[in-house]
Amino acid sequence: MLTLHCPNCGVMADETELHAEGEAHIKRFGPGSSDEEFENYLFERKNPKGVHFERWRHVAGCGKYFHAARNTMTLEVYGTYSAQTLAPPKTLVNAIKKKHPEWEGWA
Amino acid sequence: MRRYSAFAIAREGARYHQGWERAWNSPVPKKKYDVIIVGAGGHGLATAFYLGKNFGITNVAIIEKGWLGGGNTGRNTTIIRSNYLQDPSAAIYEKARSLYETMSQDLNYNVMFSPRGVIMLAQTQSEIRGYQRTAHANALQGVTTEWIEPARVKELVPIINLDGPRYPVLGGLWQARGGTARHDAVAWGYARACSDMGMDIIQKCEVTGVMQEGGKVTGVQTTKGDIACDKLAMVVAGNAGDLAGQAGFRLPLDSVALQALVSEPIKPCMDVVVMANTVHGYMSQSDKGEMVIGGGTDGFNNYTQRGSFHHVEETVRALIETFPIIGRLKMLRQWGGIVDVTGDRSPIISKTPLGNTFINCGWGTGGFKSIPGSGWAMAELVAKGEPGPLAADFGLNRFREGRFIDESVAAGVAH
Ligand SMILES: Cc1cc2nc3c(=O)[nH]c(=O)nc-3n(C[C@H](O)[C@H](O)[C@H](O)COP(=O)(O)OP(=O)(O)OC[C@H]3O[C@@H](n4cnc5c(N)ncnc54)[C@H](O)[C@@H]3O)c2cc1C
Ligand SMILES: [Zn+2]
Repeated sequence: MLTLHCPNCGVMADETELHAEGEAHIKRFGPGSSDEEFENYLFERKNPKGVHFERWRHVAGCGKYFHAARNTMTLEVYGTYSAQTLAPPKTLVNAIKKKHPEWEGWA
Repeated sequence: MRRYSAFAIAREGARYHQGWERAWNSPVPKKKYDVIIVGAGGHGLATAFYLGKNFGITNVAIIEKGWLGGGNTGRNTTIIRSNYLQDPSAAIYEKARSLYETMSQDLNYNVMFSPRGVIMLAQTQSEIRGYQRTAHANALQGVTTEWIEPARVKELVPIINLDGPRYPVLGGLWQARGGTARHDAVAWGYARACSDMGMDIIQKCEVTGVMQEGGKVTGVQTTKGDIACDKLAMVVAGNAGDLAGQAGFRLPLDSVALQALVSEPIKPCMDVVVMANTVHGYMSQSDKGEMVIGGGTDGFNNYTQRGSFHHVEETVRALIETFPIIGRLKMLRQWGGIVDVTGDRSPIISKTPLGNTFINCGWGTGGFKSIPGSGWAMAELVAKGEPGPLAADFGLNRFREGRFIDESVAAGVAH
């Protein structure tokens, strides 16, 4: 079973306590944006084979959101971090890059 | 191609079965094809079949990274029905269901289509309203379905427990001409027919890059070398996002795991398919006697073809309430497939930003039932360069234009 560390309450949470919320760090668009920008923001997803940055919610725990970096090919978890950020922490990105030099990196 | 028949069985029986020929060829790829189809699942093979049959295009290669039918086509629980809510869905799923009726004859291959009937149980008040609405919609669409009361459900499914503690059975949506078919046979039957038309099915060959020139695709890079083409069709289900990424565009879908399991074989006890969407479980009995069971998808992006165990547990827990008889069954096998889920739970049959490239994906948890209809529509799109009436509403542009084909009710459970 997938277990993730909730950075909000500090618990190692089982998958059954968590809810996956999809791709993280999506750039949001508001009034005045083009149809293309809305389409991209609302629907199009990276859905990568490999490193994925995603949002999770600790629904059956503290109830709060956080971010995780996970590999969709191996299910390896690289780490979790606060939801209050627009990009993953540099240290985490560097650690992943070190493990997978062929990874195109955070974009 | 030597035809399969009762006479052929007798003939081969008399000579120790020495005369059966290979069902399809495994050729070395040519330098160039008119059309390359990536993905030898049901949808890719059906697309090839109708390219040949309806449009006479036979210089076609179907390129498969694993073995044909080894993706979701060989992993699903084979439920076939067409009782969807929206008109474009009803049209393509009903086209597919009707093509299943004659598929064994059309392909000269026994796909074991069994129109045994499908019930979708209503276990909440909102489901009653939802299914009655679907039954009315289906009546207008010319799809034969019927709302049935609990007593009739019990008649059709004697082993059901109508008075479950959490969710009593309040009625159901019944499609008498829905059912099941043998999934491998569908892939094999199409493969044999395509090979017979001179098409090349190239297995164990992964597409690793899409070659382009001036906004058009010129061919694909594969693990067996570069292969050129005039037109490219991407039909790779859970891997669609990855392949589109190779070609430089993004798709509105996520890839997640969906699991199924089968029990040890038991004597015949249920001769229809039962789906229980509220509790997320469905069950049918295979010809071998195994109870075939499926449930919901995992929530997170995943390419491993392995799902989380707690979903299996949830499914089985719900089904034991509805079918107490299965409580002591041992489960034989459990497996997963990677399904490509769109926001409106409807598929994509579409042109792409690349002029001569077309995509068919997003069938998610429910695209076995649609294989022949999807292949029919996709072949038309590839051959003419423009979608016909069956595919027109399923274009990628519907997301930009807000024309969703919302089937979250009809497809509420993974099936
Ligand atoms: C557990 C489970 C239960 C299901 N139950 C039902 C059901 O009861 N009823 C129903 O209607 N539907 C059901 N489905 C959904 C159904 O299985 C799929 O929608 C359908 O099989 C999709 O067919 P396909 O041909 O598009 O994809 P697939 O059969 O997955 O074929 C795609 C092929 O593309 C190949 N491929 C991918 N990438 C590449 C590449 N780069 N190069 C070369 N080849 C590549 C793959 O190896 C694969 O063989 C279920 C699915 C699952 C997983
Ligand atoms: Zn928490």
